[in-house]
Amino acid sequence: MIPFEYRTPKNLKEVNATLKEFGSDAKLIAGGTALVIMMKQRLVRPSCLVSLRSVRGLNAIELRNGGISIGGLATHREVEGSSLIRRRLPMLAETYHHVATLRIRNMATVGGGLAHADPNQDPPPSLIALGATVKATSANGSRSIPLDEFFKDYYETVLGPDEIIMEVMVPKLAANTGAAYIKFLPRTADDYATVSAAAVLTLDKTKKNIADVRIALGSVGVTPIRATAAEALLRGQPLKAEAFAEAGEKAKEAVDPISDFRGSAAYKRDMAGVFVRRALERALADIRQQAKAKPAPKPAKKKIVKKKGKRR
Amino acid sequence: MNKKIKFRVNGKRVETEVPTNRLLIDYLRYDLGLTGTKEGCSVGVCGACTVLMDGDMITSCLTLAVMVDGHDIITVEGLAKNGELNPVQKSFIQYGGFQCGICTPGQVVAATALLAENPKPNEEEIKDWMMGNLCRCTGYYKIIESIQKAHQFAK
Repeated sequence: MIPFEYRTPKNLKEVNATLKEFGSDAKLIAGGTALVIMMKQRLVRPSCLVSLRSVRGLNAIELRNGGISIGGLATHREVEGSSLIRRRLPMLAETYHHVATLRIRNMATVGGGLAHADPNQDPPPSLIALGATVKATSANGSRSIPLDEFFKDYYETVLGPDEIIMEVMVPKLAANTGAAYIKFLPRTADDYATVSAAAVLTLDKTKKNIADVRIALGSVGVTPIRATAAEALLRGQPLKAEAFAEAGEKAKEAVDPISDFRGSAAYKRDMAGVFVRRALERALADIRQQAKAKPAPKPAKKKIVKKKGKRR
Repeated sequence: MNKKIKFRVNGKRVETEVPTNRLLIDYLRYDLGLTGTKEGCSVGVCGACTVLMDGDMITSCLTLAVMVDGHDIITVEGLAKNGELNPVQKSFIQYGGFQCGICTPGQVVAATALLAENPKPNEEEIKDWMMGNLCRCTGYYKIIESIQKAHQFAK
């Protein structure tokens, strides 16, 4: 690695000032697990690293308006272990559990991972399917960016060099919603996916029609890909067995994979169809499992049972 | 370019100035002479360079030395207390948890972190935790057995 300055600002004001001082030659660093590799390989050669590790208060995971706010500096390990996320969005906890190994998850942060923008990562498809937005801030103010508009190209996002990811906001899921993330790993458990797919499926009150659906894929293009045409095929339609396979077929048109040691382009395209179908099936199973787990609100049920003097 | 840092290694205080581009693994091995920690893949995959930072395992080949400022680092040299090996180390010896030995410091440090969180892990929990510690002799069965039986050596 070429020599560089290493600054450790204590708050956002100091971060902004340091970024201004070094301009686009500066790079923000949090966990460093992705950036340090790129620096070792001389793909990135910043004149200054601005560490966010001493900035406090950016790693909270909390409930907000029924949704979940995840601080940009929360580690992957903190997300997978968060009791709030495990209870409310187990799919997201699982997604972060799938990332690399525990050593990496102890260091790698949610914001750092998104800013790294490798299309093979696990969290982006899940977060896109969940409708998450990124809150970014700089000396010039803050903005919210829907995650499906966040990735521009391989390792490239819409963020300016002076923008910091403050938080990722995952909105509250509608009633009758199930979510799933699946990752095709033909080689090793800690590898990047050959294909990954996330689906968030909402049924209407009758549970016979698809009210809404969001589908996103990883590892099959220069960015994570939202399969909007496949979504459109399902939205508002009655729930029937062939529908998910048809959506999978449609999703194949949205992907643009490359051939590499994880599979040929043609194989990955085929698998994209299969994994979209399976993700949708899992999301549906998730809805059904939730329905089984909590048939009715508990306190109300108990009262009624007591008054009427009969059980079940 | 250098930067002053203060941290602990195996309980000992270190106050020093390091080049900002010094990796933690190189600092440990070449500057402190703690050569127990090994470098395998250099890209955070193999686990040979595993050390503990404030009790959590990290990849020392992807960590800059300046990043451990203010933290507490434990390497494989810091596991034994007063010359007595820790339960994981004893168990690896008793049950043959190594072959060539290059991955062993990382395996032992990772297993120590696991047992701190979960004193009697089952096989699945061990596999999930140790997934990122590769043994190219493929001596995994003995490694798993050693970790599973380490509690026998705990006082």
